[in-house]
Amino acid sequence: MIDFSIITSWIHGWLTSWMPLGLAVFLECVIVGVCLLLLYAVIAIVMIFMERKVCAAFQCRLGPMRVGPWGTVQVFCDVLKMLTKEIITVRHSDRFLYNLAPYIVILASVLAFACLPVARGLEILDFNVGVFFLMAASSIGVVGILLAGWGSNNKYSLIGAMRSGAQMISYELSIGLSILTIVVLTDTMQFSEIVLRQADGWFLFKGHLPALIAFVIYLIAGNAEVNRGPFDLPEAESELTAGYHTEYSGMHFGLFYVAEFVNLFIISGVAATIFLGGWMPLHIPGWEGFNTVMDYIPGFVWFFAKAFFVVWLLMWIKWTFPRLRIDQILTLEWKYLVPIGLVNLLLMVIVVVFKLHF
Amino acid sequence: MEITLELIAFIILALFICVSAVLAATTKRILRAATYLLFVLFGTAGIYFQLNYSFLGAVQLLIYAGGITVLYVFSILLTSSEGDKAPELKSYKFIAGLVATLLSLGVCLWVMLRHDFLPQHFEHGELNVRTIGHALMSADKYGYVLPFEVISVLLLACIVGGILIARKR
Repeated sequence: MIDFSIITSWIHGWLTSWMPLGLAVFLECVIVGVCLLLLYAVIAIVMIFMERKVCAAFQCRLGPMRVGPWGTVQVFCDVLKMLTKEIITVRHSDRFLYNLAPYIVILASVLAFACLPVARGLEILDFNVGVFFLMAASSIGVVGILLAGWGSNNKYSLIGAMRSGAQMISYELSIGLSILTIVVLTDTMQFSEIVLRQADGWFLFKGHLPALIAFVIYLIAGNAEVNRGPFDLPEAESELTAGYHTEYSGMHFGLFYVAEFVNLFIISGVAATIFLGGWMPLHIPGWEGFNTVMDYIPGFVWFFAKAFFVVWLLMWIKWTFPRLRIDQILTLEWKYLVPIGLVNLLLMVIVVVFKLHF
Repeated sequence: MEITLELIAFIILALFICVSAVLAATTKRILRAATYLLFVLFGTAGIYFQLNYSFLGAVQLLIYAGGITVLYVFSILLTSSEGDKAPELKSYKFIAGLVATLLSLGVCLWVMLRHDFLPQHFEHGELNVRTIGHALMSADKYGYVLPFEVISVLLLACIVGGILIARKR
C-alpha cells in the first residue's frame, strides 16, 4: 500500500529548505487548492458522461455516440459550449444575490469534497471533527439555492427554491442520524481514522443489522439531499421548467449543474468511506494470502471503484422510479426515515454496549 | 512586529468580517442583509479554524450559517414581497443608535484594553472531541450538563409553541 504522506512530507521538507515556513505553507495551500479544483472538474466531467451513458443503458438507448469513440469527447465539447455562452442578467432581479448564489453552492460543494480521503496520506481537510465538518459544509448549499430562487425574480424559481430548501433541510436530519450510527460504532469522527478502523472488515459487515439499515437510510436521504430523482421535484421539468436555476445561463448554470453532479459524488464518496471502507482494500480476517493480494491494488483505485459503484446504484434508482409529490417526500422523511433512524441509533448503541458487533 | 502568514490571514478575515458587518447594517434590502450576516458568520468560523478550534468552527457553520441563516432566508422569502425596502431612518433613531453603538464600543474597548490576557494556553493542535464531549456531559466542576439540558427544555418549548401557533383550532 503506497503511503502518499511520504511524498507530501518530502515536498514540504524540500520547500521549507529554501524558503521561509509561512511562504512554503502558502505555496502548498495554493498547489493543493489547484489540485482540488482540477480533481473536482475532472470528476464532474466523468460524472456527466456516466450519467448520460447509464441513463441511456436503462432506457435501452446508446447515449452520446457521435463525437469521439463511444461519444467520449461529447462532454468536453459541452463544457466548451457552456464556457463560451453569454451570461444573461435578468431585469428587475437582485443582481448581487443572483450572481452570488452559484458561488455559494459551489463553495459548499468544494468544502465538502475536500473532506474525502482519496488514499492513504491523501486527505486535504482531516479535522478530528471531520464528519461533523462535512455535514456543516454541505448545509451551506441550501442558502445558495434559496438565494438563486429569490434573485431570479421568477415564480417557478422561487417555488423550486422553497421546495428544495424544505427537502434538503428535512433530509439532512436522516443523513446526520445514519452517519451518527456509524460514529457510535467507531467512536471517532476523523475520516482517516474511520478508514483505518475498517482494516479488519468494512463497517457495513462489522456493524451488521444496524449498519445495513443506516446504509439504506443514508442512500435514500442522500439521493434526496442532492435533489435527484425520484426526489428531483425542486427542478421538476414538467411543473417548474427547471426550478431554481431556470433563469441562469452560461457558466452560472454550469456551476449549478457541476455542483449537483459532484454533490452526488460526495454523497457516494462518504457512503463509500464510512460504510464500505474508503480506500481500505477488502480484507477478510484469517485469509492472509488474499489480503496481501488485495493490498497490491492502490488505495485510490479502491476508493473510486467503491464511490462510483454507489453512484451507479443511485443512478439506477433515479432512472427507475417516478417522481414523488412534495407531501409524499416530507411524509417519507418525517414519518418513516427519522423514526427508523432514531430507533436504529438506539439499536446500534445496544449493539456496541453489549459488543454484539464483529 | 513580525509579519507572519497567520497575521495576514487574521487581517484578511478581520477586514472581511468588519466590511460585511457594516454592509449588513447599512443595506436597505432585507435579504441582502441576511446574506451579509452569512458572510460575517463565515468570517467568524474562519477565525475559529485559525485558532485550531475546529469543533467550534464546524458548529458555527452548521448551526449559524447552515441553520439560523437558512431559517432567516426562509422566513424572508415567505413574508416579504418583491421590492420591499427599509424605510428612511428618522434622525432621532439614528442619534439614539449612534449613542448606543459608541457606548458599547467604549465598554468593549475599556474591558479589552484593561484585561491582562493570559499567555497562550492551548498547545498547537486540535482539541480532542472526546474532551469536549466529556466537558459537555459531565456534572462535575466545569461540567456543562445543566446548561445542556436547560437548552433542550428551551427547544422543546419552542416546538410546542410552534405547533400551538400553526394549529388552527
